[in-house]
Amino acid sequence: MSMHIQPILAALRRHKAGTVLIALQIALTLAIVCNAMFIIQQRLAHLSEPTGVDEANLLVIPNQWAGHMSPEQADAQVRTDLVALRQLPSVSDASPSDAYPLSGGGWDNFIMRKPEQLTPTTDASIYLGDEHMLDTLGVKLIAGRNFNAAEVVYMAPRQVVIPSVVIVTKALADHLYPDGSALGKPIYAMSTTPTVIVGIVERLQRQGVSQWNKAYAYESLLWPARQDATGVYYIVHAKPGQLADAMREVPRALYAQNRLRIIDPDDGGSYVQIRKRIYDSDRGMAILLAIISAVLLAITAAGIVGLTSFWVGQRRKQIGVRRALGATRGDILSYFLTENLLIGIGGVAVGVVLAIAINLWMVTQFEMARLSLIYVGIGVIALLALGQGAVLAPAIRASKVSPVEATRSV
Amino acid sequence: MFSYYLELALRSLKRSPGLTALMVLAIGFGVAASMTSWSVFRAVSGDPIPWKSSKLFVPQIDAWGPSGRSDKDDGEPSDAMNYTDATTLMREHRAKLQSALYQIAPSVVPAQAGRHPMNVSGHAVYGEFFPMVDAPFKYGSGWSANDDAQRAAVAVISAKLNEKLFGDTNSVGKSLNIEGKDYRIVGVLDKWNPQPRYYDVVNSGGFSEGVEDVFVPFQRAIDVGIPNDGNTNCNETPKESGFVGLQHSSCVWIAFMAELDDSSAVSTYRDYLTAYARDQQKAGRFGWAPNIRLRDVPAFLEHEHVVPSDTKVSLLVAVGLLLVCLVNTIGLLLAKFLRRSGEIGVRRALGAPRNAIYAQFLTEAGVVGLAGGVLGLLLTGAGVASVGFVLPKSISDLARLDVSLLVITLLVAVVATMLAGLYPTFRASRVQPAWQLKSN
Repeated sequence: MSMHIQPILAALRRHKAGTVLIALQIALTLAIVCNAMFIIQQRLAHLSEPTGVDEANLLVIPNQWAGHMSPEQADAQVRTDLVALRQLPSVSDASPSDAYPLSGGGWDNFIMRKPEQLTPTTDASIYLGDEHMLDTLGVKLIAGRNFNAAEVVYMAPRQVVIPSVVIVTKALADHLYPDGSALGKPIYAMSTTPTVIVGIVERLQRQGVSQWNKAYAYESLLWPARQDATGVYYIVHAKPGQLADAMREVPRALYAQNRLRIIDPDDGGSYVQIRKRIYDSDRGMAILLAIISAVLLAITAAGIVGLTSFWVGQRRKQIGVRRALGATRGDILSYFLTENLLIGIGGVAVGVVLAIAINLWMVTQFEMARLSLIYVGIGVIALLALGQGAVLAPAIRASKVSPVEATRSV
Repeated sequence: MFSYYLELALRSLKRSPGLTALMVLAIGFGVAASMTSWSVFRAVSGDPIPWKSSKLFVPQIDAWGPSGRSDKDDGEPSDAMNYTDATTLMREHRAKLQSALYQIAPSVVPAQAGRHPMNVSGHAVYGEFFPMVDAPFKYGSGWSANDDAQRAAVAVISAKLNEKLFGDTNSVGKSLNIEGKDYRIVGVLDKWNPQPRYYDVVNSGGFSEGVEDVFVPFQRAIDVGIPNDGNTNCNETPKESGFVGLQHSSCVWIAFMAELDDSSAVSTYRDYLTAYARDQQKAGRFGWAPNIRLRDVPAFLEHEHVVPSDTKVSLLVAVGLLLVCLVNTIGLLLAKFLRRSGEIGVRRALGAPRNAIYAQFLTEAGVVGLAGGVLGLLLTGAGVASVGFVLPKSISDLARLDVSLLVITLLVAVVATMLAGLYPTFRASRVQPAWQLKSN
């Protein structure tokens, strides 16, 4: 093949503009598609992160009180509601809480190992719940024990009572006590009152998954408490396969208990709905970028087909001469494939530099991660293959030019 | 002459339908992608109150000191206020108009029997808020300073809530049950939903899906204990519990906006804020030197990064797509024009000046651009209609197809294609007639 490169380069020099345009198109496409693929992969990885809870059987009911209710009345109603919920045929367990994983926002506190510490060690999402909370969520306890009913405290609206015991996630335990000795140790949550780690759960996602939360991913804690501010979340665990029944029965049972409540349809629900809501923009961005990448690749391929076809048409006479002088069809085919490969290599070389430059700029502008070189590699191979694929049809047509063409004048 | 060129262009385009279709498709997709992204970008980066935004200011006061912040804040005071500072600023009343405000989500119980109570969202504000933000009223008006002082049970509601509860009749004077208490409706707002929600960026994050349904007097809401529904940020756990405990704490949860009409008013107010912070330092409440900010609405929106970075990234990607489409078009036009070297040679030999060649081929590029633009229009229409599938609703709802977008789409398509046609046309005009005639 190497013997063919010299004449190809000589021919390309006569088509500088076309050559440069194809190479430029390949370079820009590579730069954009690499970055787009990288962002898509990051978003998809982000939205498939597990929460650690038994999502298939969980239901979250955002319950708010209408009209006026004293905190004591509200708490009494919460306890009555829970008794009713736990008796429903489709429900296996239920717990009150202040939030749920992927709720988007909620209460989080800085966490310290020592009460006098000035800078906090980390930040944890706070979930309140009673002794049913662990079973309801379906999180896996990997060390220590669950809460017992006597440990559950009542917090008035906006009151912060530090419960004496806490269950933390493994991520939080490891962050606070990297040597694995967290169980039985006290921690301090923006308070000088200690709360002692009695249990460690394998995994429990935070309420939020935004950029800010990433530094503290999976660092959450559970406190044995009931709090009713203007409302409460009922976390309901349905019996296996009965989620749809529970979704019908639970609101009906609650309204039967007390009509003066509001269940917001745009909050809570099943985990299919919850995931859709919180990862909406990530999924949208991935789809958008995938569409644009596909259009880009299609246009670049079509551009190569168009320009190569033109070149083939322009050179029919020369091709005929070569064929007449003994070049095989394979020679002509490989001529155009090699020509395209050379342009492609030139294009991707520029494209790689451009892709990395764009990524570095986006890192400074949009808190984006550094582009992994794997994506650049995949992009290079994909674009070279795209070029070869696009050039195939015109090249085959060129190889079919008959040697007789050499004798024709136009 | 133009109609002749047009005829030539159409004839030439018809001769190679595949290549023509390819160019039109490329331009159409490129223009549609960038225009759709731009319509979203335009919606989220727009000025919500262009006639007044440079007169509306958000004061920030550092009430936490250096130890209450993480290192990456660069000494920025928090973007909301605590109760003490907000109410002092209201009491001292140094701006032409000003309002402290906080987000509420009270329940409203419809008077009609059998209807479920519902949650509405809104703000507790001072009466000056309405003239300050030029809120349009359909019926009635806002409330007076006296109502604020009396903590009167009055409310302003949205046209939407009015429609829902009173069937679009004038409900001024009627009573509305908010959180179990009766309020007299004094005003019904006309359609009003500024986006970004500049007067409370901290809680809306800039964009909210719903309309604000209820406004009640700030001090009244505090008195009856309608708690804040927005973000509360604390540098330490409040010492007392409840909503009252929050008011006594250093937690920040109140937005503040002041109208300052000229630069001297702005500098006077800035001096006032500095003096206030210094007084607090002297009194021992702040253990640090005055650290204040006073930004107008555009600067504050910028500071709060209201335009989502995803919107910027998708605009950039779409512009990249348009760029590739144009490079593609340059290549294809070049191929198309140079294929007709013979024809150009004949025209030149028969006396056509270079300018005539320019006119002929730019006309052809323009025709391709126009066709691409028309396709782009259809695709932009489809794109704007379907951004809801890929973007959060609060943002996608803002993207609109209007006349200016349509005109710009067509213009971009035609101008970009003609620019792309410049180089191929230049090459075409350089064709040597003698050489062409000889070789044929």
